Amino acid sequence: MNLFELTALLAVSGLAIGFLGSLTGLGGGFIVVPLLVLGFGVDIRYAIGASLVTVIATSSGAAAAYVRDGYANIRIAMFLEVGTTLGALAGTSLALALPKQAIGVLFGIVLLHAAWLNLRKRSEGKTSGGGSAVAAYFGMDGAYPGAAGLVSYQAHRVPVCFGLMTVAGVLSGLLGIGSGIVKVLAMDQVMGLPFKVSTATSNFMIGVTAAAGAGVYFSRGYIDPGLAMPVVPGVLAGAFLGARLLPRVETRRLRVLFAAAIACAAGEMIYNGVAGKF
Amino acid sequence: MAMERTLGRLLRVGVLAAIALVLPGAVLYLAGHGWERADYHTFRGEPAELRRIVPVFWQALSLRGPGLIQLGVLLLISTPVARVASSAYAFARQGDRLYVAITLTVLGVLAYSLLASR
Repeated sequence: MNLFELTALLAVSGLAIGFLGSLTGLGGGFIVVPLLVLGFGVDIRYAIGASLVTVIATSSGAAAAYVRDGYANIRIAMFLEVGTTLGALAGTSLALALPKQAIGVLFGIVLLHAAWLNLRKRSEGKTSGGGSAVAAYFGMDGAYPGAAGLVSYQAHRVPVCFGLMTVAGVLSGLLGIGSGIVKVLAMDQVMGLPFKVSTATSNFMIGVTAAAGAGVYFSRGYIDPGLAMPVVPGVLAGAFLGARLLPRVETRRLRVLFAAAIACAAGEMIYNGVAGKF
Repeated sequence: MAMERTLGRLLRVGVLAAIALVLPGAVLYLAGHGWERADYHTFRGEPAELRRIVPVFWQALSLRGPGLIQLGVLLLISTPVARVASSAYAFARQGDRLYVAITLTVLGVLAYSLLASR
């Protein structure tokens, strides 16, 4: 395959990935690594570099639309980012030390788990009951624009969520993903935030987390211009479109579809890693 | 909400600027190498002029395709960083010292990641 063909295929894939990634709040990283490694035979280290760039593009492209709509909670995001960015730095160090087969297998396992988590039925965030003292101290409670005016919400179990976010950061740095699934789940299941708030806040956070990892990978030569050139504009355009549609779309069915695709890719990553095919 | 609107605008400018660098870079790169076989099967790592900030800048200034693309990528990587920095400023204007401290911590980690390994 020559560079023209690769560029065209990756640009189209990037458009779809950015669209689904921002619409579901899961980022696109989960798909980019398997796509490049399994679909195009790219070394997993180049794939991780390209993937982190994709994650940032999804986040920034979507956030340009979300943040303005008032869904994201900047305080919660900033507080938790202390954990995710430190975790991401630790993750990159781990990645530089591990053999690539191990990273491939680990990627598959994390992917499978994420697909499963994402398919489980979830309840909307609890808005009743007392808030937590930690959340009150850090001023995390907020409100978002609902159908009938502002809907207020409170944040619960903040320390547990912070711990989960640190793990999400390690995974992000190690595997080149945004860890959007972990972030969204930690916020809507553990903190009890409304779904649209956790999705938008996660989108804000994955970009910052990925930037912490991408800085290290850039200087290590993991980020290749030939792979970045189709992926960046494609994903950005897709993410922007997805974010524009978010307030009007029922995302449940999309998430099921996305999770199924992720599970297939995960199985193949594990197989290839174990069979030493990278 | 004024702060959120500023953040949104900042992001859009950063993202559009990144695209404005990557697209012409891609045209130049493809014009020169489009017919070559795309081989990413073996990891070689990027050469120094494509993985360090200052050389990337010079490569882009001399209108080399890969240099322009890498500069666009660097710009994209710095959009979340700019977002964190402008949040620090906004929290400072609100007189929220606690969140200024939290935000500066995040900014410090990001700065370390981007600059320390050079």
